[in-house]
Amino acid sequence: MSKFAKKKDGELPAVSTASLPDIVFMLLFFFMTVTVMKDSSIMVENTLPNATEIKKLEKKDRVIYIFAGKPTKEYSNVYGTETRIQLNDKFASVEEVGSYILAERAKKPQELQNVLTTALKVDKEANMGLISDIKQELRKVNALKVNYTTFEGDAFNNLQ
Amino acid sequence: MPRRKGAPEVNAGSMADIAFLLLIFFLVTTTIETDAGLDRMLPPMEPPEDIDVVIKQKNIFTVNINRNGQLLVEEEIMDIKNLREAAIAFLDNGGAPSGSPEYCNYCKGKRDASSSDNPDKAIISLKNDRETKYSTYITVQNELVGAYNDLRNREAQRLFGADFVTMESEYLNPETPSSVRDELKDKVKRIQELFPQKLSEAETSKNQ
Repeated sequence: MSKFAKKKDGELPAVSTASLPDIVFMLLFFFMTVTVMKDSSIMVENTLPNATEIKKLEKKDRVIYIFAGKPTKEYSNVYGTETRIQLNDKFASVEEVGSYILAERAKKPQELQNVLTTALKVDKEANMGLISDIKQELRKVNALKVNYTTFEGDAFNNLQ
Repeated sequence: MPRRKGAPEVNAGSMADIAFLLLIFFLVTTTIETDAGLDRMLPPMEPPEDIDVVIKQKNIFTVNINRNGQLLVEEEIMDIKNLREAAIAFLDNGGAPSGSPEYCNYCKGKRDASSSDNPDKAIISLKNDRETKYSTYITVQNELVGAYNDLRNREAQRLFGADFVTMESEYLNPETPSSVRDELKDKVKRIQELFPQKLSEAETSKNQ
């Protein structure tokens, strides 16, 4: 009997799926490492304006977020349609911004406390009055580094 | 009686299913977002000591935004699209006469004696109304930062043959090796000194 005789004719061998778990695990680890759990749901309308001269916020642990905009539909019958500030998970008044920044700053490790950035995520329909008030509050607590978070795009689209 | 041949093998066939389950969970919860935006520094609360510093009117470039989003630049109404050009012309003017200590040897502007002396002295003052829309304000900020970036790019190209914006973003990127960053730091600093960003924001005017 010859050594290389075909055992069976016509039938294709089944594709081995033994390495499937490895591939899936690889994907799993990738997504596990890049995942950032969402910590707050946005309760205000948040269509950011466009800008071209932007810089990336590289380190997430050095950022404090402040949202502002009109309350979304679910909240508008309770909180009205005026532009509001959202800190963490609740609406807040302008006076609370300072203490919020101080509280968030205290949570961060010592060495990061001086390099924090405040990211202002403000709806494009908001008025500057509110932003000026926020800026004034930030100056009071010496949080001088701000980042007006925007989308990348032609800035003139904002004007329409 | 026959002896058993070691422990029986655990069936690993369902491992893929478990892994898939976890994978789908992380897929759903993932948000790969890198926020980006315009970086600005707010002025500190306490006014600086030398409060009596006199700034010549010609060294100030006033930009006023009213509640309808119209621009008043140096007492003239201007379209927002021309703002960048006007700001560049002002910053790059270099009006100080040659030979004086304030003379700007890298400026390529008109050298108009009635405009800014040199980029170091030139200040852009931005004022807005309380009812100005945020999007308009961002557009104006974007154009002013763009004016500075255009000039800095020009100087970086002349001195180092690279764009300032790319150099800066590479410098700020934490993944850049530190040896490269140290080298970039000096370059970025040097360009920033040529065209320092002096953008003053007065408190918003109340409704007149």
